[in-house]
Amino acid sequence: MSELESLDARGLLCPLPVIRTQDKVRRMSTGATLEVKATDAGTLQDIPSWCRVHGHTLVASETVENESGGGLVYRFRIQVRGD
Amino acid sequence: MLAAKVIMDQGVDVEGVNFFTGFCVEGHTHAIREKQRTRPKRNNALWVAEQLGIKLHIVDVIEEYKDVLLNPKHGYGANMNPCLDCKVFMVKKAASLLLSRTGGREGAENIFMTDHDFDFIITGEVIGQRPKSQRKATMPIIASESGADDRLLRPLCAKLLPPTLPEREGWVDREALFDFSGRNRKPQIALAQSLGIEDWAQPAGGCCFLTDAQYSNKLVDLWKARGSREYELDDVMLLKVGRHIRPAPNFKLIIGRELGENRYLEGYRNTYTAMYATSHNGPLCLIDGDPGQEDLELAARILGRYGQGRAAESVTIRVDTPAGDSQELTVVPMTVDQIEESWNVGA
Repeated sequence: MSELESLDARGLLCPLPVIRTQDKVRRMSTGATLEVKATDAGTLQDIPSWCRVHGHTLVASETVENESGGGLVYRFRIQVRGD
Repeated sequence: MLAAKVIMDQGVDVEGVNFFTGFCVEGHTHAIREKQRTRPKRNNALWVAEQLGIKLHIVDVIEEYKDVLLNPKHGYGANMNPCLDCKVFMVKKAASLLLSRTGGREGAENIFMTDHDFDFIITGEVIGQRPKSQRKATMPIIASESGADDRLLRPLCAKLLPPTLPEREGWVDREALFDFSGRNRKPQIALAQSLGIEDWAQPAGGCCFLTDAQYSNKLVDLWKARGSREYELDDVMLLKVGRHIRPAPNFKLIIGRELGENRYLEGYRNTYTAMYATSHNGPLCLIDGDPGQEDLELAARILGRYGQGRAAESVTIRVDTPAGDSQELTVVPMTVDQIEESWNVGA
């Protein structure tokens, strides 16, 4: 089974969710999967854009209600690029 | 964007580096303010990279940048903007991360996941575009103090400067570079159009809060009130948000100006005393400092002015401390004349 990691970027504002995602992915293996949770709506643009720019695969994304406090949570599932 | 495109068009592999100092206008501000919801919420550097089809590496330099801001060798610009030191820092940082020659590239493969060894750095600087940092006299200072030396190429004004290593070695064609100068951006716009670029991010200068007089005043006020120039990211963030009113040296109010700011300030209720009206609709207010009971009553009267109870005989304001203590204060809202102009931090 491939590596699965998670990143909680809730409460962080642009560009910190992207920086934290970048830093996490950097330490992950090819083919591994990262799940990111964020509350900044800018991530709806930025995370997919960052994936495209670096050749990672955005496997899935969804918007759900924030279970701890109001607002929305944006969830992304990223597969680290292969060489 | 233009500089990168010009060099890419010469067949050179380019990757972008973007530094996050904490003082960036883009991103955070747009993320906070409800009224800017109509604007695209995006990281412009990332957007530019995608338009160009290049990788972009965003680097968190919040901690390292403190020394640039607090101890600028070349001083400040019109406000708290250490522009020349900032450029030196960023080029130096890029050089240390990317250029094999500097010896600082150890681990760069891991840091940037890049496939390349880089040979030189380009920036979009134009001579005369900025009064402090982009003068002909300062261009060599940035090159030498950063350690990039003649591996720093400014494609948009290269013809006005001595040939750099990539030009001398023929890695790039100097004749295909440019001689732009001055504050007029028409040549850049014409070049962008000729290259098929129809949309671009905000030019440099308008993207740093430190160039903003009001923000700089708030930063200086914060340092003065604390008796220290230390700061954390949360301090820097809160200076971007709300109306800051300091009626006494020992405390100030940070009052949300709209829904997005109120929502953002909510996130700080665990670390700051929070105040809001319970008798009327109104904004959320954080108290920064060490207020006594009389100070809280004064703050409540000020806050009453900014809610829908401003014309009422009295308003009830709830005060919640991070320790979990609460109280309600019923006060007469201040009139606009009673709020002294000197209390407005940043004005």
